[in-house]
Amino acid sequence: MALTGLFLILFLVIHLIGNLQLLAGDGGEAFNRYSYFMANNGLIQLVSKLNFTFIVLHVIYSIWLARTNAAARPIPYGGKAKSVQATWNSRNMGILGTLILLFLIVHLKSFWFEFKFGTGLPMIEAGTYDGLNFAILDAYTVVATAYSTLPYMLIYVVGMLVLSFHLYHGFQSAFQTLGLGFSSYKKLIEVIGVVYAIIVPLLFAIIPVAMYLQQA
Amino acid sequence: MKLDSKIPAGPITDKWTKFKSTVRLVSPANKRKLDIIVVGTGLAGASAAASLAELGYKVKAFCFQDSPRRAHSIAAQGGINAAKNYQNDGDSTYRLFYDTVKGGDYRAREANVYRLAEVSASIIDQCVAQGVPFARDYGGLLDNRSFGGTQVSRTFYARGQTGQQLLLGAYSALNRQIEKGQVEMLSRHEMVEVVMIDGKARGIIARNLITGELERHSAHAVVIASGGYGNVFYLSTNAMGSNVTAAWKAHKQGAYFGNPCFTQIHPTCLPQSGEYQSKLTLMSESLRNDGRVWVPKHKADAEAIQQGKKVASDLPEEARDYFLERKYPAFGNLVPRDVASRASKDVCDEGRGVAPTGLAVFLDFRDSINRLGQDVISARYGNLFEMYEKITGDNPYKTPMKIYPAVHYTMGGLWVDYNLMTTVPGLYAIGEANFSEHGANRLGASALMQGLADGYFVLPYTIGDYLADEIATGKIDTNQEAFVAAEKAVADRYKQFMSIGGKQSPESFHRRLGKIMWEYCGMARSEEGLTKAIGLIQDLRKEFWSDLRLSGSIDEFNPELDKAMRVADFIELGELMVRDALNRNESCGGHFRLESQTEEGEAKRDDENYAYVSAWEYKGENAEPVLHKENLEFEVVKLTQRSYK
Amino acid sequence: MSKESLNLTLKVWRQKGSKDKGKFETYKLKEVSTHASFLEMMDVLNEQLITDNKEPVAFDHDCREGICGMCSMYINGRAHGPQRGTTTCQLHMRHFEDGETITIEPWRAKPFPVLKDLVVDRSAFDEIQRAGGYVSINTGNAPDGNAVPIAKKDADEAFNAAACIGCGACVAACKNASAMLFVSAKVSQFALLPQGQPERKERVGKMVAKMDELGFGNCTNTGACEAECPKGISISNIARMNREYLGAMLGPGN
Repeated sequence: MALTGLFLILFLVIHLIGNLQLLAGDGGEAFNRYSYFMANNGLIQLVSKLNFTFIVLHVIYSIWLARTNAAARPIPYGGKAKSVQATWNSRNMGILGTLILLFLIVHLKSFWFEFKFGTGLPMIEAGTYDGLNFAILDAYTVVATAYSTLPYMLIYVVGMLVLSFHLYHGFQSAFQTLGLGFSSYKKLIEVIGVVYAIIVPLLFAIIPVAMYLQQA
Repeated sequence: MKLDSKIPAGPITDKWTKFKSTVRLVSPANKRKLDIIVVGTGLAGASAAASLAELGYKVKAFCFQDSPRRAHSIAAQGGINAAKNYQNDGDSTYRLFYDTVKGGDYRAREANVYRLAEVSASIIDQCVAQGVPFARDYGGLLDNRSFGGTQVSRTFYARGQTGQQLLLGAYSALNRQIEKGQVEMLSRHEMVEVVMIDGKARGIIARNLITGELERHSAHAVVIASGGYGNVFYLSTNAMGSNVTAAWKAHKQGAYFGNPCFTQIHPTCLPQSGEYQSKLTLMSESLRNDGRVWVPKHKADAEAIQQGKKVASDLPEEARDYFLERKYPAFGNLVPRDVASRASKDVCDEGRGVAPTGLAVFLDFRDSINRLGQDVISARYGNLFEMYEKITGDNPYKTPMKIYPAVHYTMGGLWVDYNLMTTVPGLYAIGEANFSEHGANRLGASALMQGLADGYFVLPYTIGDYLADEIATGKIDTNQEAFVAAEKAVADRYKQFMSIGGKQSPESFHRRLGKIMWEYCGMARSEEGLTKAIGLIQDLRKEFWSDLRLSGSIDEFNPELDKAMRVADFIELGELMVRDALNRNESCGGHFRLESQTEEGEAKRDDENYAYVSAWEYKGENAEPVLHKENLEFEVVKLTQRSYK
Repeated sequence: MSKESLNLTLKVWRQKGSKDKGKFETYKLKEVSTHASFLEMMDVLNEQLITDNKEPVAFDHDCREGICGMCSMYINGRAHGPQRGTTTCQLHMRHFEDGETITIEPWRAKPFPVLKDLVVDRSAFDEIQRAGGYVSINTGNAPDGNAVPIAKKDADEAFNAAACIGCGACVAACKNASAMLFVSAKVSQFALLPQGQPERKERVGKMVAKMDELGFGNCTNTGACEAECPKGISISNIARMNREYLGAMLGPGN
């Protein structure tokens, strides 16, 4: 869980840097160049495959975890739990993760799948940008179109909120599992974890909101 | 039968060394063929079981708790004494020996005490090697403190949980042997009979507390390490399950009971708050270093406090009686446990006690807080203050603590010789279960020392002397007549309990027994009271056997039934304690006879007539026990009267 | 203290034996002193049950001063009840309210089967300790206690881990019924001390393997164990054990 989780945490940062190009205010040039680069670089393609693998592993492992953990308490408590012992999100990582998985399916369907296998996508003609010698996909327009609808934008905002909760526990939990969460680092890791869990999803969420407002 | 304490000849400093080099040995090949049963897994039992198993004996260990780690040794707070002289303050084996004999008011056997002091240093080494996290100073070396008013710092400690840490050390050694298959551990089992064959202890009958089944276990030697019997008073600092049953069954099979009346009453315990009270909690004695003990000077003020009309702070200085400082100017609040306890009882008997029950005195930190500041007091006693507040709901930084003496330890126990063997061949008693080296009063931090000394360093040597004759015995068959008969007798007793069908619970009888014991055989004892107590206990016993109510059945987990067996034994023991107290018409250590006091009301020992160990022989259900005396000869220590004025 | 006594409704788990199904029974208890401990309240209930010719409630308890670790009980959804850092035996009735309904259940975990009513079998903890929770030293072999100095900081930290009373509240409170806090406390104690070094790697491997074999759940770092531990054992110990474990599995010498 920890290793795959940490990889995904790292991936989110790279993904975010790319996505922030959407807000460059240059009519999508930076983002389109970026997405072209991403789609055609061999190394990135490898990382992307790795990423999918890790997502699958993360999910498979979490299912195994949920099953063995459920088996460890075959008879549940009957009294009402006061639930003050641990944070809500730490106890419900499975639910949060499932929601994120659902979000991911929507997300991949809308963009990754579209970019890869979609037909009739808008294109940027050669010469539109400096030094562009051939036509490339106008990924920016695809994204912008998607974010122009309110429900779609809201899905993203909620998705990021869920992600935030997931990371809020997941970040420091990963370090704890790897045996790094003690003594002098403990506080530092906790602080970084909280900052990460707030900042990254927040920045992700700002993008659809901003783009929606631009087009509204 | 003549008591033979089997003390080796020679000067006291050489006895143990000489014994060790001449005692008979059992070869490794033969040890494998010898079974030893250890009953109880506290410090003494666990350390003995582990050490005997390491030597190669096949050991079966029993405890009534769900895990050996829970034995009541775990609750010891203060520390463990050892003559290491790490502090360079002049401590030595001799000094520890001398302090222990004197502290015990000259009612212990010199040779045993000297041996205890001799092996004390090895105990610390052993525990450190096991990974016991003793307190250390900044240089990384072991720290010591002075405890219970001794003049040297010889007490090793692990915060306020020394007993816990030592027990976990012994438990880990025991675990290692269980893993190796050298020890078979039987938790939730209670020993309910010793099986005798040809005058030797050959095994036990144990009740499986989960299933209620009776089991036969044979062995070439049986070791009783079942702790003390303070719970005969119902309210004590002992654990709820602490009981005398194993020791009592041994007594009834022929083991003499030594000094049963010697009970230690600890002055700083939390007072009883109501009828529902199940046990008393000890607050560390160290509190008396900075707390001042007082009660109101006038009965009227005390009554007002009892009724809640006044609080401690309403009383001006001149209305307070700091009675320990007044009576014992030299030692003040730091007088020994028995003296402090009695003085508290006296003022409460005068009607000047302070809790709603009238049975408590104040332990006041006001002056120390003013003098040293709350921070210093908090650093010294923070966790104790917290515990006090947790239990009572009062904040001791603001209002004085209320304390009252409570039964804490029993110096008496099964009589044993130098080899720790009882008067029954093959039956040993170690730790608090034997009458041991504390005489009439135990020093602070010496119980842990004795338990581990017996288990780690004494019994493993001495038991060979007996077992050397057993190598040809072979496996003892539990289908023999003696086992069958013993099991049947126990089964009949359980049936008898169940068939009474009366109205009162075992607990309620226990509570009543406790009241009788506390009233007549507690801090002050008199011929009149003790004589009366015998009658009361006998009546209670009759009532018990005619009006006991139990529910459930025998062949199941039935804590009430287990309790019934324990209470039945406590009632019998209580009578013996009273008889012993009645016989000993002197005041010594924890035993105070009103008939034997100085003009100032202090304890007066009578060495002329009572310098002996009382060893009582059981004579049957309704027969009076017979007293045997082991005269104590003091070759090294000179007898003096204690004075704390 | 406003009220000196309480009237309570108790919902208590009753189960005849380990093979029984068990169910909650409700009892009314009147005028319970606020100064009584929770277990003393249970004593009062049992006296009442015996008087009414009913079977008393079986529960584990021994020292009643918060150190033996024998008492358990899941009270109103919390291991050892509502007060932090407190065992059931040291929990007092002043923390409850008049007229309150109190739900009392046994620890729930597969490796802690119920034996009767509120009594569970915690011998799984002993088994884990037996797998390696010791220093292999025979009696009489020890060097002088001061032969190896131990930095005060390490000794103190080892003590903090060793303070565990083995009650099982960590397992009971954990949503996964994981025993990591318990196991890590013992592993940490020895990992921090020089005496524990020779068997360091072997120990953590064996103890973790035994823990898994016994069917405890996995740690997902929720921190409930630390919050419910009556002795305040820190989850830093779990991190340390994870590191010890990874080191033992991946490091050289294995």
